[in-house]
Amino acid sequence: MFPELNHLLNTTPDKAEQGKLTLLCDAKTDGSFLVHHFLSFYLKANCKVCFVALVQSFSHYGIVGQKLGVSLTAARERGQLVFLEALKTSVDIFFQPPVEPHPLQFLREASAGNLQPLFEFVREALKPEDGGEAKWRHPVLLVDDLSVLLSLGVGAVAVLDFIHYCRATVCTELKGNVVALVHDSGDSEDEENDLLLSGLSHQSHLILRAEGLATGFCRDVHGQVRGGGCSLRWQGSGMQAPVKTWRIPLAPL
Amino acid sequence: MAAVSTCGPGPGNRGSEAVAVDRSSATSFQRRGPRAGGTDGSGLRLVSIAGTRPSVRNGQLLVSTGLPALDQLLGGGLAVGTVLLIEEDKYNVYSPLLFKSFLAEGVVNGHTLLVASAKEHPADTVQELPAPLLDDSYKKEFDEDGCNDKTPDSHMKMKIAWRYQLLPKMEQVGPVLSSRFGHYYDVSKKIPQELLQTAKWHGFFLPDNMPSPLALEPGHLTHGYTMLLEFIKKVISEEGVDGSNPQKKQRNILRIGIQSLGSPLWGDNSCCAESGDSGHSLTKFLYVLRGLVRTSLSACVVTVPAHLIQSKAITARVTNLSDTVVGLESFAGSERETNPFYKDYHGLMHIRQIPRLNNLICDESDVKDLAFKLKRKLFTIESYRLRVPRSKLRNPGPHCTMGADGYRLHLPPDLSDAASRWCAQDPARATPPLGPGCSGLARGEKHLDF
Repeated sequence: MFPELNHLLNTTPDKAEQGKLTLLCDAKTDGSFLVHHFLSFYLKANCKVCFVALVQSFSHYGIVGQKLGVSLTAARERGQLVFLEALKTSVDIFFQPPVEPHPLQFLREASAGNLQPLFEFVREALKPEDGGEAKWRHPVLLVDDLSVLLSLGVGAVAVLDFIHYCRATVCTELKGNVVALVHDSGDSEDEENDLLLSGLSHQSHLILRAEGLATGFCRDVHGQVRGGGCSLRWQGSGMQAPVKTWRIPLAPL
Repeated sequence: MAAVSTCGPGPGNRGSEAVAVDRSSATSFQRRGPRAGGTDGSGLRLVSIAGTRPSVRNGQLLVSTGLPALDQLLGGGLAVGTVLLIEEDKYNVYSPLLFKSFLAEGVVNGHTLLVASAKEHPADTVQELPAPLLDDSYKKEFDEDGCNDKTPDSHMKMKIAWRYQLLPKMEQVGPVLSSRFGHYYDVSKKIPQELLQTAKWHGFFLPDNMPSPLALEPGHLTHGYTMLLEFIKKVISEEGVDGSNPQKKQRNILRIGIQSLGSPLWGDNSCCAESGDSGHSLTKFLYVLRGLVRTSLSACVVTVPAHLIQSKAITARVTNLSDTVVGLESFAGSERETNPFYKDYHGLMHIRQIPRLNNLICDESDVKDLAFKLKRKLFTIESYRLRVPRSKLRNPGPHCTMGADGYRLHLPPDLSDAASRWCAQDPARATPPLGPGCSGLARGEKHLDF
């Protein structure tokens, strides 16, 4: 969790907002630090987190999480974190057909129609425990990242449907949050990706966009983050532009 | 079913008859946060595998790519569990050198190899690996190259910009002559047979694995890719590099090399696909390959004929699905071959992506303009210095020194953008478009022109 980002977004783990869809996108740079930020933020906020990790392994997030002050292993053991490590399970899924519906079933299909099994997995993971008091605050779904689903044969419409279902369940019904990362392909003419990005931008409450600097490579400042969305608009006077730009260096940890 | 060729006796015989090869001594070190299989960061384990070393930044286990200059650019070496994608140059002259150096490094270190190709039989590839240079003989090679380069002006000291004389050719990350980790290879000689006999390798040759008649897989991947993935999985579990066999005390690295992935020779039409919609074979293959490599002690090098891929969307997706991406752009056949700016070099090397493993930032080198050259025996990568002919330069600045054939422009790496403005003075000549930095690593919109 980056305290500067918390300060700029005007949130702290104690008073995290609920029912929001946050879109993280990166253009010409790597926006995964935002994912690490939100993961540690929500774990510190004592929320139940379901993390669909499609591009990196558990140990990668674990090690960065330790540097940011949370232990993913401990969180997983006490039931606060449900982690879907797609890289590891994809190998099993790919080589033999699963016995029961598996969240990554779309890997076996030529072009998957929908991500229903994945949605069922998320819903199962985040459903409130019946009986007894709730141990955690509101549930959070974190996806890293959605663009890779397009590379795996899932259509943009199917991904949008999946997010829509997740938003309906997690944000509206369970009063939780959804955070997803999408790569902005920029000028590489990826129509599916552009469709996904514009569809999600429309639905989200907060958009954080990590970009490279317009002037090119700089040793100290790695890029800039632009934030937009209705949650920022009412800060300060009404005449302020809803998009704010911050330049950030990422200190080596 | 698959035509598997394995070669060489068991691991016990490895190394005993090696002829004067400086084999890396097994270093024992404590590795933080093991990435391959096993437990995740819960305590330290003593790991000692020949030919590997930990990264200075995050304790990641690294192997050498076979080219020490490339190792330094990648932050010490190629991380075990990652995929290095090499974008081939247009006529596929120089990328096989990188590919074979990677495999030869595996032979020298005693790693197991897996070679997959659709064009050349793996047995032939293995026979043609370059010979390693012994410790003292490669120093001679460098001196010889230096002699050929020597012109009267190289002895002249710079008068004004004297600090730049001290700049090394390449940014040094670790010790320069660390021959224990990376080796230099003589591309004009073949690897000695004694070394090959001790090597253990598996080969996958596509024409041996095609079913007859040619039937399209009803599902997702082309048949060749499916067979290759199954072969890789089989070799990984046979060799025990996925940690599945705890009795096997001697742990080893598996080096996987796949040549010309994505080309039509593999039965894949990704090169001809108009948009990203059709043909997810290549991207799905890369995803499952990365999953296999992540969960085992292997390092993978894949060469892709990126110049054949028509759709930019597919290129972007392939880049995102790999860990490290390096591109070779040779001057052969282009007008840059005769351009005096590039007299010394054979092509440019672009580092497109470096992974951020177990960390928030990556080990990017400060040097952005890289070029490669193939001298008689050695393939090297350097940051290139522009040479501006005297006639073209009206007002030489403090960064120039006078030489016999013109001014020589010495630039610190940060000012490389400034060079493009110098070259823009003469629009008739092709100006070198200097890289605005590699991605991973933020990139700018376009060159500033002021």
